[in-house]
Amino acid sequence: MTGRRVAITGVGLISPLGVGNDENWRSLCAGKSGIGPITRFDASAMTTRIAGEVRDFDPTRWIPKKEVRQMDLFIQYAIAAAAMAVEDAKLGPPDDPERFGVYVGAGLGGLPVLEATHDSLREKGPRHGISPYFVPAIIVNLAPGQISIRHNYRGPNMSHVSACSTGAHSIGEAFHLIARGGADVMIAGGTEATVSPLCVGGFASMRALSTRNDEPTKASRPFTLSRDGFVLSEGCGLVVLEEWERAQARGARIYAEIVGYAATSDAHHITAPPPDGEGAQRCMRLALRDAGLAPTAVGYINAHGTSTGADATETGAIKAVFGEHARKLAVSSTKSMHGHLLGATGGLEAAICALALHYQVLPPTINLDDPDPECDLDYVPHGARKVAVDVALSNSFGFGGTNACLAFKRVG
Amino acid sequence: MTTADIEKQVIEIVREQLDVKPEDCTLDKIFTDDLGADSLAIVELVLAFEEHFEIKIPDEEVENIKTVGDAVNYIRARRKA
Repeated sequence: MTGRRVAITGVGLISPLGVGNDENWRSLCAGKSGIGPITRFDASAMTTRIAGEVRDFDPTRWIPKKEVRQMDLFIQYAIAAAAMAVEDAKLGPPDDPERFGVYVGAGLGGLPVLEATHDSLREKGPRHGISPYFVPAIIVNLAPGQISIRHNYRGPNMSHVSACSTGAHSIGEAFHLIARGGADVMIAGGTEATVSPLCVGGFASMRALSTRNDEPTKASRPFTLSRDGFVLSEGCGLVVLEEWERAQARGARIYAEIVGYAATSDAHHITAPPPDGEGAQRCMRLALRDAGLAPTAVGYINAHGTSTGADATETGAIKAVFGEHARKLAVSSTKSMHGHLLGATGGLEAAICALALHYQVLPPTINLDDPDPECDLDYVPHGARKVAVDVALSNSFGFGGTNACLAFKRVG
Repeated sequence: MTTADIEKQVIEIVREQLDVKPEDCTLDKIFTDDLGADSLAIVELVLAFEEHFEIKIPDEEVENIKTVGDAVNYIRARRKA
């Protein structure tokens, strides 16, 4: 992208690995799994009874008590993560609110409140069965809306919805917006909270979820022969993107520079990628071109790597794009630890790339006990790795054949 | 149900719904200006009164219920009728 440079000056992370940035980064470096039995609802009739649930989240730390019940959990996560990100960036109230915006999306939005409200509609009828807060509690763009209200950000405010690439697309679009002069500071990323009967049941019905119910921490095992589906998870991953000169002028700590973004479509199938991962390949190539970087510059890829058949497709796409260099770079799927946060996952994984460049540590792919012969790259198995790394990519792919790739560069 | 009972229960519902302190929830308080209720909160409050006191409050009458005391008076009259 030619235009203004963009810095990542803050992150806000909520996942099954913890509520807070340090909690998440520590668990990622320790190779810990956040997956466990489902506690949000009685899952005994489900084929999948495990998920990555956020634990110890107290919304009243960030939201007045009476407002908590006016919004679904995915909005609560977004408000909390935005507060963390703004604090992490040491931003303070906006000096020029019209130049501050929010792009935060969700893949599904407020399913838990939707399900509960449908139950109460049937039980009590329309007058008493539906809360006046029902609509603003579930619609996706109330996540960025609530953030803007709380921080007085008066610039562009919207949600990009693209299933499991939502978070990555949101960050990419916010990056390009700042680069072309449309805003100076953006909170961007994804949020999701759908550990609910409809959502778990829906993905289970597609046979998309792992059924390794007896070994929850081993269930998300990308790139292995024994992988049997993804592990549904929840949380929120947001970043603060800031025009470079502005960030430098105020002496902000810059985790990384965001240097490239691309979005492509497979135009192939509602849920499956084409066998050669053409859309994913093209997305990585275009992101590198956007960044003005050669493939050989890349040291780390945070893979989409969901622990499904598509892990081999992504591996093939990486080999096609990077050729010989695919053997030299490191790839990991942090979903092995935090599971698949659907619309939030791209936001979390982009933040992980920024932190990896900042700390010069690559988080691992855990559970890689029996690598699939078709998945034969360096996936940083089992434990984190201290390395010198200058450029990182983050891949995110979603149902509908939508793809996003982000490129980040080390500062200095 | 005595007026005192109604008053006590109305105040309890208002406190719960609008998250206000006991000392702030007096009969003269206006829901919007004093207790921070927006139009959606008023709807929610009215529905809670309806459910709790087993009455129906038509939308066109809601605008006459501006204070905690108005609500008590309205509910008392309705329950007698």
